[in-house]
Amino acid sequence: MLDGARAAVADVVGVRAEEVTFCPSGTTAAHLAVLGSLTARRRVGASYVVSAVEHSCVLAAARRHADDGGQVTTIGVNRTGAVDPEEYAAALRADTALASLQSANHEVGTVQPVDEVGAACRELGVPIHVDAAQSVGRTPLPDTWDLLSASARKWGGPTGVGMLVVRRGVRWRSPWPEDEHEFGRMPGPVPLPLVLAAAAALEARAREQEREATRLSGLVDLIRAELPRRIPDVEVLGDPVRRLPHLVAFSCLYVAGEALQTALDRAGFSVSSGSSCSSSALTPSHVLEAMGVLTHGNVRVSLHGGVADEDVARFLEVLPPIVEDLRRTVGAQGL
Amino acid sequence: MSEAALRIDASGQLCPLPVIELAKRIGEVEIGSLIEVVADDPAAATDFPAWCRMREQEFVGAVPAQNATAYLIRRLR
Repeated sequence: MLDGARAAVADVVGVRAEEVTFCPSGTTAAHLAVLGSLTARRRVGASYVVSAVEHSCVLAAARRHADDGGQVTTIGVNRTGAVDPEEYAAALRADTALASLQSANHEVGTVQPVDEVGAACRELGVPIHVDAAQSVGRTPLPDTWDLLSASARKWGGPTGVGMLVVRRGVRWRSPWPEDEHEFGRMPGPVPLPLVLAAAAALEARAREQEREATRLSGLVDLIRAELPRRIPDVEVLGDPVRRLPHLVAFSCLYVAGEALQTALDRAGFSVSSGSSCSSSALTPSHVLEAMGVLTHGNVRVSLHGGVADEDVARFLEVLPPIVEDLRRTVGAQGL
Repeated sequence: MSEAALRIDASGQLCPLPVIELAKRIGEVEIGSLIEVVADDPAAATDFPAWCRMREQEFVGAVPAQNATAYLIRRLR
């Protein structure tokens, strides 16, 4: 049964079954991808190149590497949140042990130029890790990569399953002691019911991927076009074209993200925010900081399969008066 | 630093209040003059430059102040 689940997941991702490792989470998968590569390539060097807008789990692995004496080079992004492939390529060196670049950004939806960066990595023999948590089951994946991490939760599967893919021939060594499970890449027994559910969810997602992406992307286009028409001083974030189909983020000038989030919640919309007032650490999102865009009044809308056209229409109706009201409260109209 | 025509102390204020304060008061100085806003909210480091970009004002820079940061903005319009 485990073999069947592995084969099914491998088929969707377009890899060999034995290249797939099931992990307890997408976070674990990302940590393993990074630390396992850096461990295996220790003799090549201790330099790790990573984009500034990776998911915090990738950046946490980078911090660990730096704490252990390794070098970490962070590549900045442009205003839409994308890395410049030439700038990224220029940071690669003969002693670069690993490069990481997400398939698409989890906060603003911008798709990264993974194939261009991957091609530069190939020239120098540097392996590239792609955190594809946002893309697996939603969009076609990039072609040029060596390791991939993803999370079943993000593709509609259960919490408790992550996926690590290590392509054949890529040097990788577990940072943990090995056992007989998962080809020695993830110690401890696999939670079979969860993995079966994860594989079934991905297969179902993959069957509807194209149709669903087209539908949701149309709704995102509508939101992106309508927000600036309906609300003054709103910055719609991310790349309008090279983006995920289901995600849109924007920032409203002079509005507190937390207040906006609360008001939308009251109106029946569950959204996320990268504003500092919404974070437990009271710091703004590292993604918004790296992009140099407004961090306050930030809202991220993630459309799931159950979202209908009417829901988006109602969202676009309720948002403008909410923003106007919050601006009035702080005396910021017309500023 | 001493050339700032207006100083605003927004320390202790959370986003977006320091930016609102700047927007409310920038009209008090002549075009071409500097304004210094002291803020300790970490979001200010990104939000002042972003506001200047959106409002076509000049973000001059940031310097450490006591337990906070002093942000310099030049009024251009």
